[in-house]
Amino acid sequence: MELKLREDDLAFQQDVREFLDRHWPEDVREARRNTGRFEESKGESPEVRRFFDALNERGWAVPNWPQDWGGTDWTPTQKYIWDKETARAECPQLSAFGARMLAPVLYTWGSDQQKEQFLPAIREQKMIWCQGYSEPGAGSDLAGLSTRAVRDGDDYVVNGTKIWTSGAHVADWMFCLVRTSTEGKKQEGISFLLIDMTSPGITVNPIHLLGGIHSVNEVELKDVRVPAKNLVGEENKGWTYAKGLLTHERTGIAGVARSEMTLARLKKVATETSVDGGSLWDDADFRRRVTELEIDLEALAMTELRVLSQVEQGGAPGPESSILKIRGTEISQTLQVMQIEAFGYYGMPYPDQTLIDNEGPIGEPFALAAMQAMLYGRASTIFGGSNEIQKNIISKAVLGL
Amino acid sequence: MDFSLSDEQSLLKDSVERFIQNDYDFDKRRKVMAEEDGFSRKNWQQFAELGWLAIPFSEEDGGFGGGAIELMLIMEQIGRGLVVEPYLPTVVLAGGVLRRAGSSGQKEQYLASIIDGSKLGAFAFAEPQGRFNLADLTTTAKAEGEGFTLNGHKCVVLNGPSADFFVVSARTAGDQRDAKGISLFLVDADAKGLSRRDYPTVDGLRGSEVMLENVKVGKDALIGDKDAALPLIEAAIDDATLAVGCEAVGGMEVLYKATVEYSKQRVQFGQPIGKFQVLQHRMVDMFMEYEQSKSLMYMAAMRLDEGYNDAAKRAVSGFKVQVGKSGRFVGQQAVQLHGGMGMTEELSVGHYFKRLTMIDTLFGNVDFHLKRYGSFE
Repeated sequence: MELKLREDDLAFQQDVREFLDRHWPEDVREARRNTGRFEESKGESPEVRRFFDALNERGWAVPNWPQDWGGTDWTPTQKYIWDKETARAECPQLSAFGARMLAPVLYTWGSDQQKEQFLPAIREQKMIWCQGYSEPGAGSDLAGLSTRAVRDGDDYVVNGTKIWTSGAHVADWMFCLVRTSTEGKKQEGISFLLIDMTSPGITVNPIHLLGGIHSVNEVELKDVRVPAKNLVGEENKGWTYAKGLLTHERTGIAGVARSEMTLARLKKVATETSVDGGSLWDDADFRRRVTELEIDLEALAMTELRVLSQVEQGGAPGPESSILKIRGTEISQTLQVMQIEAFGYYGMPYPDQTLIDNEGPIGEPFALAAMQAMLYGRASTIFGGSNEIQKNIISKAVLGL
Repeated sequence: MDFSLSDEQSLLKDSVERFIQNDYDFDKRRKVMAEEDGFSRKNWQQFAELGWLAIPFSEEDGGFGGGAIELMLIMEQIGRGLVVEPYLPTVVLAGGVLRRAGSSGQKEQYLASIIDGSKLGAFAFAEPQGRFNLADLTTTAKAEGEGFTLNGHKCVVLNGPSADFFVVSARTAGDQRDAKGISLFLVDADAKGLSRRDYPTVDGLRGSEVMLENVKVGKDALIGDKDAALPLIEAAIDDATLAVGCEAVGGMEVLYKATVEYSKQRVQFGQPIGKFQVLQHRMVDMFMEYEQSKSLMYMAAMRLDEGYNDAAKRAVSGFKVQVGKSGRFVGQQAVQLHGGMGMTEELSVGHYFKRLTMIDTLFGNVDFHLKRYGSFE
């Protein structure tokens, strides 16, 4: 047993750092650091576009994909290093719905035509996807969804309502779970459809989240005609594909690297915030809580490494992998709240971005981004299977209860 | 980065695991504890024959040259079996000091007899006023003639009643809490002027208050350099901290699994209580605490094997904080979910709970190690 990275991994890490420093340099990082407004990017800035182009040119845009489709032959350790370094560099990520969630379904179960049509465009961030899963009546109980797709000639006709659809207002396409059968178990009548968002009959209604953030939507589908070639895999097997998707992308789910960045920033803020003639970092109570959190985060990081090493040796992730999402989101939420605490009164101003652009920040430049991260961060224990659902899963699958 | 065990390590793990499974169930442990010493001399000889008492010592000293990973593998199993034989005080603590700084004469005399199981040791490092501060010493050792004269009171010395010799920390210079001026001495149990008040501890071990009244030792009793023993004490205590942490991880594993099993058997309101979601989530929390502790256990052991530096000390303290909190939670919830039965001496659950509670105290509790962890920024 040893923790140190091997020589070749260290060399790889160096390559990655040089690449990121060149294509996502510190001045760009700094400029974007304090703009917290939640972005769903298609109309991204020129430097973001250049960064994605550089990624594609180097062949590093989608490390986890199969090599045939532009992925890499990296070991799990290399992928881990990549995740860590990209988080440290605070560089933009490809839209996760396409690159991380849909793509594995497509390259595993999609038709050749679907792969050709979608995978390169996703890899180049030229096609933005949204995920049509949740419905007003199907949240944690996702399999209870009722959006109907009825076969009519060469098309499916889709009717229903999807909700909490992130980025639907900027997406070109939606991958969608629809009911194609009401026979048998409810999981067995679900299909996986790809829907062009410009299709007639689709209405996207914005939902404004806490803090005025517009990232999620309600999507109404009224007699939307979807060509049958846009069905992924077999009819009524959609639940299997959606579940298979959940086992992809194990690493990174804990958000360790991101939380490490937040922790470092929290410490910096605390040392710069004055309290009683000293700094907040001198306050023993505050410091104790930060220290406790740091240990929690170290434990999580090690748990992730344990999972990684099992995968590297060709094994399946062990039961400890199931706790990554729960602990990861709990820790990041606590960090987010502590950042707000650190700002004191200057956590309160909530100006419009245009006001800041014209007249400069009020108080702490970073406070606004931190507040938005905290508000939006509450969603992390709700989406992707709420933490309570995660505990149900562990209880059943790991403890056998 | 590599989490796999070497073949030798796997063999060691299997050998201890097998012993715990076959020869150390809860009833056998109870019988062993009823023996006069509070543990089994026969078991101890078996440990010697199996080579476990030689693990941390260098091949030069007649040992196997094992490191923190080997210690971890043994202690985790010791924790699972709630083993009461004095491995920690003899091999990890007294042996840990001697292997680091003992003279060749001291090693020949003491290490060899630890390894063959003929002598037991104890480390008298704590004092009533000192709490967890290893440098807070009022016990003195005055240079007199050819040797030293020791006076003082050492508290809660584990394995005190059975120890053939003690390693004793004492002040040879400086003020009560100075880092400098601390020395270590070998004192035989039958030394004139050494007296003990022996007692059982709550977790089924034995301890002593050790009083030193004009105890005279020769100059060859000094271990390592005079006035400079604090780093040596700290190093041995960090090993021991890792060791009890590993014990806790082993204990937590037993407890969360036993609780899950019990909840499948125990029927109330017409169904196994494990069907109740509120209890399911509690047990998931226990499982997560165990896994997080295990992760930091690996980290601490691997850091210690990389070298004894600030990063290693920090990792040990981080691990101890985690184990302190998790052990308390898992122990308390195991008792809670076992209901009235969890409160009884009959069931093993309560005994694990007691051990876990004491492990939080040993070598510094959560508060102490949080501060220490933070001091290595």
